Amino acid sequence: MFVAHSIAADHKDLIHDVSFDFHGRRMATCSSDQSVKVWDKSESGDWHCTASWKTHSGSVWRVTWAHPEFGQVLASCSFDRTAAVWEEIVGESNDKLRGQSHWVKRTTLVDSRTSVTDVKFAPKHMGLMLATCSADGIVRIYEAPDVMNLSQWSLQHEISCKLSCSCISWNPSSISMESLEAWEREKRCSSRAHSPMIAVGSDDSSPNAMAKVQIFEYNENTRKYAKAETLMTVTDPVHDISFAPNLGRSFHILAIATKDVRIFTLKPVRKELSSSGGPTKFEIHIVAQFDNHNSQVWRVSWNITGTVLASSGDDGCVRLWKANYMDNWKCTGILKGNGSPVNGSSQQGNSNPSLGSNIPNLQNSLNGSSVGRKHS
Amino acid sequence: MRGCSRQRLIWQKGYCEDRLPLAQFSLTRCRGQDGGTRVECRRVVAMAERRGPCGIGGFGPAGSTGGARAGSSLATGAELEARARSFGGPANSRWLRLGAMEELDGEPTVTLIPGVNSSKKQMCFDWGPGEMLVCETSFNKKEKSETVPGCPFIYIIRKDVDVYSQILRKLFNESHGIFVGLQRIEEELTGKSRKAHHFIFCRLVRVSKNYRSVIRACMEEMHQVAIAAKDPACSCQFSSQVSILSAMELIWNLCEILFIEVAPAGPLLLHLLDWVRLHVCEVDNLLADVLGSENPRKHESFWKLVTILVLQGRLDEARQMLSKEADSSPTSAGMCRILGDLMRTMPVLSPGTTQTLTELELKWQHWHEECERHLQDGTFASSPHLESLCKIMLGDEAALLEQKELLNNWYHFLVTRLLYSHPTVKPIDLHFYAQSSLDLFLGGESSPEPLDNILMAAFEFDIHQVIKECSIALSNWWFVAHLTDLLDHCKLLQSHNLYFGSNMREFLLLEYASGLFAHHSLWQLGVDYFDYCPELGRVSLELHIERIPLSTEQKALKVLRICEQRQMTEQVRSICKILAMKAVRNNRLGSALSWSIRAKDAAFATLVSDRFLRDYCERGCFSDLDLIDNLGPAMMLSDRLTFLGKYREFHRLYGEKRFVDAASLLLSLMTSQIAPRSFWMTLLTDALPLLEQKQVIFSAEQTYELMRCLEDLTSGRPVHGEPDAQRLQDDDIETTKVEMLRLALARNLARAIIKEGSLEGS
Repeated sequence: MFVAHSIAADHKDLIHDVSFDFHGRRMATCSSDQSVKVWDKSESGDWHCTASWKTHSGSVWRVTWAHPEFGQVLASCSFDRTAAVWEEIVGESNDKLRGQSHWVKRTTLVDSRTSVTDVKFAPKHMGLMLATCSADGIVRIYEAPDVMNLSQWSLQHEISCKLSCSCISWNPSSISMESLEAWEREKRCSSRAHSPMIAVGSDDSSPNAMAKVQIFEYNENTRKYAKAETLMTVTDPVHDISFAPNLGRSFHILAIATKDVRIFTLKPVRKELSSSGGPTKFEIHIVAQFDNHNSQVWRVSWNITGTVLASSGDDGCVRLWKANYMDNWKCTGILKGNGSPVNGSSQQGNSNPSLGSNIPNLQNSLNGSSVGRKHS
Repeated sequence: MRGCSRQRLIWQKGYCEDRLPLAQFSLTRCRGQDGGTRVECRRVVAMAERRGPCGIGGFGPAGSTGGARAGSSLATGAELEARARSFGGPANSRWLRLGAMEELDGEPTVTLIPGVNSSKKQMCFDWGPGEMLVCETSFNKKEKSETVPGCPFIYIIRKDVDVYSQILRKLFNESHGIFVGLQRIEEELTGKSRKAHHFIFCRLVRVSKNYRSVIRACMEEMHQVAIAAKDPACSCQFSSQVSILSAMELIWNLCEILFIEVAPAGPLLLHLLDWVRLHVCEVDNLLADVLGSENPRKHESFWKLVTILVLQGRLDEARQMLSKEADSSPTSAGMCRILGDLMRTMPVLSPGTTQTLTELELKWQHWHEECERHLQDGTFASSPHLESLCKIMLGDEAALLEQKELLNNWYHFLVTRLLYSHPTVKPIDLHFYAQSSLDLFLGGESSPEPLDNILMAAFEFDIHQVIKECSIALSNWWFVAHLTDLLDHCKLLQSHNLYFGSNMREFLLLEYASGLFAHHSLWQLGVDYFDYCPELGRVSLELHIERIPLSTEQKALKVLRICEQRQMTEQVRSICKILAMKAVRNNRLGSALSWSIRAKDAAFATLVSDRFLRDYCERGCFSDLDLIDNLGPAMMLSDRLTFLGKYREFHRLYGEKRFVDAASLLLSLMTSQIAPRSFWMTLLTDALPLLEQKQVIFSAEQTYELMRCLEDLTSGRPVHGEPDAQRLQDDDIETTKVEMLRLALARNLARAIIKEGSLEGS
């Protein structure tokens, strides 16, 4: 791992979230300065801020991109009790000439009566949907039925979690019929195609509060979300939660940021064994638990293949966790502040190979090597 | 246990802060060491089944000097231990292996983020397809943040630095071809006879050599760049990469000799000699230097050169040098001749002869005694140089260790020592000599470095350890991924009871391939690597390929082709959908329509068709006629698209003055309900000019149908409440239109009835 670029963020207050778009060519940042900024990567690899605008009347906690199948769409959520959906307008104006893009607010979701703590778009196969959660303990699921008209969002579901919510994660598993059949053939999968599923975490710190992670599943018959599981072992405040992309596995992997990093597997129990019609039941196992962050863990997130988990905690480090080929989870990398103030230019390219800088005794090793000789 | 303590030391020393590049292993540094404390032998991997056919009894020759004799007795002990372990069975050895592996998972690499103060703040982050975003934040402060200014930067973190190196790119590109070729060897051979076995063996050796020559080519280029670099820091970086590549080739070459060629006793030493000659080659420069001088004999490095030649077993060349000395110095001429004769008569295994190892050993023994006798007799007593050479040729350890400077490293020492004291060393005994050579060479003054450990693991035939240590020590996955794959093709990972053997191969290939996907052009190589990972390759490719930025149409088509070749229907659909959406947003309707047809996305095709129709209503003409005229069966994707296609066909018929066909098509669009009701008024208006033609086009029956459509449309209209001015005006136009239509229809009906009546009457 190495730092390839540094970009002056130019936010007037603390940045709360950074977010890459699907292809990694754009990013968005949000801040306590109530604004969101969008950055674009040029052909030469430099990053430029192409839009910056006031989005809320309070700190903006999270910003996230919709899948590009739905165009260039962002959602943000804020202390001001709202979430908002933004769309980039392709302008013929002189904005383009100045390298700026124009974002318009398509909707404000005002149903929450408290700070909206998280916002996440649903997996794309469900259509253009998003979920929010808020300190009042309610998860709300909205849908834009017409993908060409983002000003119409309807509140589809309200799920009461009874505890102040801090984070949500959609299960990204999208099982096409094809791969499902393959699964069934190989007897690797015991359940039907996965219904939409969302995990919710709570950072409620009152002493009598119980389990902090609940998993809800959509029921085709009742057309409602019903609680499928509660992770009874997680009783400390949860700050972030994340389902891993499913690499064709017959179980789900869920990472949780609480007083430590925890990784759970959830294996669906065969339908015929569980009560039919009810929500899927799972065999839940904890496969890893790490307290290396010393205290609270604030963020957990999977890489695109779900093979590496990154976590950020009170120790000020981002730690990377990976299972080796024997399924042992290990810390494989640490990103750590060096504590010294930054100086120099705002954009530092690093196109040179920077392997083994400051290595003495090179000439010596060169002499010993066989440059210039033919292969035997 | 002992392996454990040694490893720990190194990892803690070097790896707490960052993964040391191999350059720091220092290929040539020689350090002292302590041999005394290292009595135990490292774990022994029984390779009995791989032992060469010429394995004969008897270990090392008798009559060697003190040090060597002590070595022999130890060797016997080690061999016994090896045998004992091999009787322990596979279960036992697996246990040993797993224990070792746990301990070898290196420390995590640490990447420092400048300006971020980890003791006061935290970091928020996000994953991208090939990069990570990191930025300072504070999670526990809600709403009001402290006034202390934090780090104002966002950092882009990349995983594999080597992927971005221009020169290494060549390594990736060329080895990709070799890799794909290797995967196909088995495909080519399916169905062929057992005779194919030898053929495969030769191919595998060739593949290994090809990989090495790619490393070499890359190394040479890097070397040139390092020399040419103006900036010393830059030059330094390139040089360090040269030494890393050099170390890679060194390791690979040894693995090739031991694991792939599986050289038996006898040829084994010849291979090892070549290995050392190839990698400790400063002698060539020296040779040229000395021979090129006016009087080579007087050259300050003359004896150094002769010694190196002897150390490397290049006795013919050494002899020639000695003859120069003999020519010019009559006093030592006799001694030089005797030593030269000894060099000439040293028995060596010549490939292709029928000589057995036993014969060779007998001859060698005889020769060795002769050397010994000359030394005892003080033949060379008057020339320290010649005497020292003679001692080297006797394999005298003390004499060899005096030449540490010239030997450069312990493995050169090992090979020279074997050459002059155990020329018929068996593969299974190598590890013992290697360990004692390492211990003697380092002499307790320093501890072994990662490169030493890797080579030692190879000498122990512990493939897994080699791979493990390489993946910890090297900064990229290229080396371990390709080497492991090759060894897997040699069926070595299975035969070693590694139940995760194929997992390991795939694990490393996946790592390497996903690293390639972080790069804007190398990702195309990554595709083939994923293809050859049976377990997770496909799904990994699916997840990676859909993230390739579709910056140009060309690139998008390339990505699509890859997906289509692999029947990745969902990825194809998604990519087309993304492109369709992008085109719509930019108002390129034709492109949007063709992408949504390719995505087989009916809903989106409907949406784009509506846009087309709306544009037509506004502007009175169609764009992208080519596309719409040539929809073919794709038209059936959605009703609206069918309508668009058919409606355009109506216009074409009308333009070609095929009024009757045009009229019946127009009517059928409404009666079959293909046309959306919102569009009926437009269609009816389109009927007007047909109704007004001189000849009758719509039959009476058709006219009735048209009238019914018009009445359907007008009667279904909601009654407006408070009409505003604009609506009134619109309604006005609408009413006029309807009245005109009614009139035209009535007139046409009259004409049609008359015409049809008169036709019937006639």
